[in-house]
Amino acid sequence: MSRNKRPSRAARAGAVLAAAALLAAGCGDGRPGGGGGGEVVLEGVDDGTTLTMWTRAATEAQSQRLVDAYNASHENQIELTVIPTDDYQTRVGTAAGNRELPDLFALDVVFAPNFTTAGAFLDITDRIDSLEFKDALAPSHLDAGTVDDREYLVPHTLDLSVLFYNKDLYTQAGLDPERPPTTLAEFAEQARAVDALGGDVSGTFFGGNCGGCFVFTWWPTLWAEGVEVMNEEGTESLLDSPEAQELYATYRSLVEDGVVAPGHAEETGATWVSLFPEGNIGVMPMPSTMLGLMPEDMNIGVAPIPGLTGGQSTFVGGDSIGISANSEHPNQAWDFLRWSLEEEQQVELLAAHGDVMARTDLVGNEYYADNPNAVVMNDLVAVGRTPYSLKFGQTFNDPQGPWLPLVREAVYGPAGADLGPLNDDVTASLSS
Amino acid sequence: MRYSRKLAGALYAAPVAAFVLAFFVAPLLLVGRMSASDWPLLAGDLGINLPDNYAGIADNPLFWPAVGFTLKYTGIVVVILIGLSLLLALIVADRRKGTGFFRTAYFLPTTLGLASASLLFFGFYSPAIGPLDPLLESFGLGPVSWLGTPTAALWSTVVLIVWKFAGFFMIILLVGLQSIPPDVYEAARLDGANRWQSFRHVTVPLLRPALGLVLILSVTGSLLAFDQFFILTKGGPDNSTVTVVQLIYREAFQRFDLGAAAAISVVVLAALLVLNIGQFRALRRDDQ
Repeated sequence: MSRNKRPSRAARAGAVLAAAALLAAGCGDGRPGGGGGGEVVLEGVDDGTTLTMWTRAATEAQSQRLVDAYNASHENQIELTVIPTDDYQTRVGTAAGNRELPDLFALDVVFAPNFTTAGAFLDITDRIDSLEFKDALAPSHLDAGTVDDREYLVPHTLDLSVLFYNKDLYTQAGLDPERPPTTLAEFAEQARAVDALGGDVSGTFFGGNCGGCFVFTWWPTLWAEGVEVMNEEGTESLLDSPEAQELYATYRSLVEDGVVAPGHAEETGATWVSLFPEGNIGVMPMPSTMLGLMPEDMNIGVAPIPGLTGGQSTFVGGDSIGISANSEHPNQAWDFLRWSLEEEQQVELLAAHGDVMARTDLVGNEYYADNPNAVVMNDLVAVGRTPYSLKFGQTFNDPQGPWLPLVREAVYGPAGADLGPLNDDVTASLSS
Repeated sequence: MRYSRKLAGALYAAPVAAFVLAFFVAPLLLVGRMSASDWPLLAGDLGINLPDNYAGIADNPLFWPAVGFTLKYTGIVVVILIGLSLLLALIVADRRKGTGFFRTAYFLPTTLGLASASLLFFGFYSPAIGPLDPLLESFGLGPVSWLGTPTAALWSTVVLIVWKFAGFFMIILLVGLQSIPPDVYEAARLDGANRWQSFRHVTVPLLRPALGLVLILSVTGSLLAFDQFFILTKGGPDNSTVTVVQLIYREAFQRFDLGAAAAISVVVLAALLVLNIGQFRALRRDDQ
């Protein structure tokens, strides 16, 4: 375990001098890109500064753990504000417009491009490049936080989509509990087998009125197949491809045959993960962060989401974090970010709690040795994807966006419906 | 003397005036300015772009359906709410055994916040966590998709709103009922009026001010519906329950376009203003 690397005395003195010079010059302007304007200290600065940080309630547990440990071991002190998840966009967006952001703020990685291109984050390319473990950082998060080869964000907390399956129900249904599905067809087959148990048991479940849930749980099947969901610029939808149609058709047949637990068609995403832990669902894709919330006596298996004919992928969601462009303490804020990504913190504060780490090179840790499900999830970080679009939220997450009509038409509409016009609506939103 | 009285009057009014300026006039001016500007949430004010935001309202494919749905919802809620709250008020108007209990019981839902009440009903309706479906099942019924179809979603929300607000409007109407002097009823009875006739020709006319207040409150409240749909249906299924205020929220915080959101707000404000002036005029005419 590496000890916390503290900046040298000289570096600290330099930072203090630089800060003093700035104060004297009276140029802490806080404009975008200004970031205090001082000298960049790659190691970070720990000089007793009080920093502010915002995170959303969905990832509070991990953020709180990191902040508490940092405050206990450093002179800098971080004041963490947790904002209800549904309000987070509103609060952060308003603060960004008014240049009133905290020193550090995390945000749902799919919204990263909106904030990086709007100049809300400080360019920390040099600082990230100075990390000796940079190549091990979750690559899809780094990509999402990069604009024109300039890097603004590092991964903070990761939330991946993976298949959860109930091993006890598998055994009862005559399936091998050690052989989760490796293709979408096998997934459907196994769901049907479990569903045949009857009673309160259902084969699978999904949030049928929740655009974000579809994106998170279904797209990996296409990626695993080597199929794209959008063009590279995120301005054109490819969601009516033959592969996508096969994906929709598979779920459609599960709906028609009553293999999906009741309530799927109206599930807006508020309760879609609450069914599986009750023990009556065979197999379904869910967020990796659910693993730690499962009943202890439940016999659960975790497997990668398979493609149509094989392969595997995941949606690498969760939060990225960066330093706000108006922060007057970028070196101190970076001290926290750099520290949070070090091996000791990743292992002791994340892996030890069953969380997925922000790095791909630490799966050999002692905690994962007893937690094969966590290893499955962490290994997916390297192959998983985070989709990129400046219009992601309004196209895919917005309940009134154009993606939900497309996927609902495919699953609940008349069989063989022409998805072309609905796909054009998605493209129109992406390119607006 | 006169001067100092005037000054004292101004000073007494000053706190309220300051409050109104800071929390009503200033935001109103800001919304007006926003509605005339290219104002992305993340970038701030990028300058006047009149009349783009207003022209954009007509191009929004959700706008007219949302207006239609909001009006339909308002019609349903207002009729049921006023009818039911009047009925409740009549039931609990006379003092007899148990009246206090029922008054309290009917009024209780009013004390709950609308968001909390919506979450409560969301829990009730949920097939995943709610008790309604298992209950129906024990009678050999269901499952019912409470929020799964456009009709069910609308009526499930109406039930919530009626449950939440009927008690409040009942209290207003109760006060109105109690302000009607008993001798008017006595006179009607001497003239040979039966129960229905005295309700129709005595109660309703004399209750008009209270009914007018209830009408204005329920119409305005329903036209501005947001929380209940945001929590229960999120505008679904298939955009069937999108209200006008939800569109404002969507423009601002899903599409990050404060200018467009402000433009819809100004239009809604203007419409409400016209409607309220009309309602007040109608009521005043009745008074004369």
